[in-house]
Amino acid sequence: MGAIARGIKAVLLWELLCGMALTFRYMFKKPVTINYPFEKGPLSPRFRGEHALRRYPNGEERCIACKLCEAVCPAQAITIEAEARDDGSRRTTRYDIDMVKCIYCGFCEEACPVDAIVEGPNFEFATESREELMYDKNKLLANGERWETELAERLRLDAPYR
Amino acid sequence: MVELFMEHWNAWLWPLLWIVIKILVIVVPLLIAVAYLTYAERKVIGAMQIRKGPNVVGPFGLLQPMADGIKLFLKETIIPTSANKGVFLLAPCVTFLLSLIAWAVIPFGEGMVLADINVGILYLFAISSLAVYGILMSGWASNSRYAFLGAVRSAAQMVSYEVSMGFVIITVLLCVGSLNLSDIVMAQKNVWFIIPLLPMAVVFFISILAETNRHPFDMPEAEAELVAGYNVEYSAMTFALFFLGEYAFMILMAAMFAILFLGGWLPPMDIAPLNMIPGPIWFGAKIAFGLFIFLWVRATFPRYRYDQLMRLGWKVFLPLSLAGVVIVSGVLVAFDMLPKAG
Repeated sequence: MGAIARGIKAVLLWELLCGMALTFRYMFKKPVTINYPFEKGPLSPRFRGEHALRRYPNGEERCIACKLCEAVCPAQAITIEAEARDDGSRRTTRYDIDMVKCIYCGFCEEACPVDAIVEGPNFEFATESREELMYDKNKLLANGERWETELAERLRLDAPYR
Repeated sequence: MVELFMEHWNAWLWPLLWIVIKILVIVVPLLIAVAYLTYAERKVIGAMQIRKGPNVVGPFGLLQPMADGIKLFLKETIIPTSANKGVFLLAPCVTFLLSLIAWAVIPFGEGMVLADINVGILYLFAISSLAVYGILMSGWASNSRYAFLGAVRSAAQMVSYEVSMGFVIITVLLCVGSLNLSDIVMAQKNVWFIIPLLPMAVVFFISILAETNRHPFDMPEAEAELVAGYNVEYSAMTFALFFLGEYAFMILMAAMFAILFLGGWLPPMDIAPLNMIPGPIWFGAKIAFGLFIFLWVRATFPRYRYDQLMRLGWKVFLPLSLAGVVIVSGVLVAFDMLPKAG
């Protein structure tokens, strides 16, 4: 009996018609599309986007050139050179991130003892040339200034889970 | 001088001009339909995948086909160094032209046909068989493995499914007694052939899916394995011609389905509100319905494997359509329903 029923179903293309009925029903569902450049999806506070170097509220750079991020970076995308500044504090003279090498793992931000290097919410930093993706210290600090409000808020939101 | 001109005008200039006008009246809407078929395809599949489809260029994205066309037109036509240049360029033209000239015999309404020839269905069948040549030529002339494999697959597939298509057409012809497309439509005055010949209509529809290399039988274009099949090496306008040809061929096949099984330009019932609508509109609506099923099927089913495709063609459809011919002719003879000559 089972075999006969299966045979009849096969001849009548039953399964195919069921499938087509399903897609037909889906045609009248509300699209889930987000009109991307105009609408954007929600991002987690932990989202790992473009890097930024932060400053203290008094304007002092946070980075103390401990080079933990450089050491932990699995893609070896970070290059740091440091020397003592005139006031005797240790600061970077060079802080480069090769955004082409970077794999956005977020280890640098986790390694950082002073929350200086962070990965922000920005993921729209495509460029037309490769050179523009070799970020230097100025670019990273500028990012920090540009995104500071959001970066601080995201760090605050994520703090209970760290 | 004027008399000489009038003589020529009446003798051949005006008839020639009249035919050119008629051709334009068929081809221009056809090309617009092709452009908007690509749009409809993206919209319908988008809706079925709960997406929106193109909606940026123009209102509701209605100018998207134009934007695509302009893009293809402005791009560079790349001819591979190892390609056979003449055949390479000829192939898309052949595909495109064949899909257009077939429309000469399609009746859009009572008496509204460019060439009302007595072997219309045979002509259509011949043209659809010739379409294989465009694909074979492109595959061979590209001198590329992917293109060649795609072309060979495509050719084998189209030849296989033409066999069962032919038998299905024979069952229709048995019921009509004429190869003229207008006669085939008029024979469906009482009942559309899809009702008495439903199994044959299903076989025919699935065969035209394979014949036009559409999903789920788009083996030649299997982008996962053959990159894009026979048209890998084509770019810009040459590619656009293939694309237009393929879609015009889809519309043609939907028209053929409408003529053979859905009663062409005839309304479903010959009653007041339905037979007020002019024939070409009914015909267009039936073509649109057929095309919608094309898109619907594409949105629903995964691609067949090549051996499954061949098994379906030769081991299922061929015996089925052969049995159809025997059964239909048997019934017609037994109940004395054969169409009378004249």
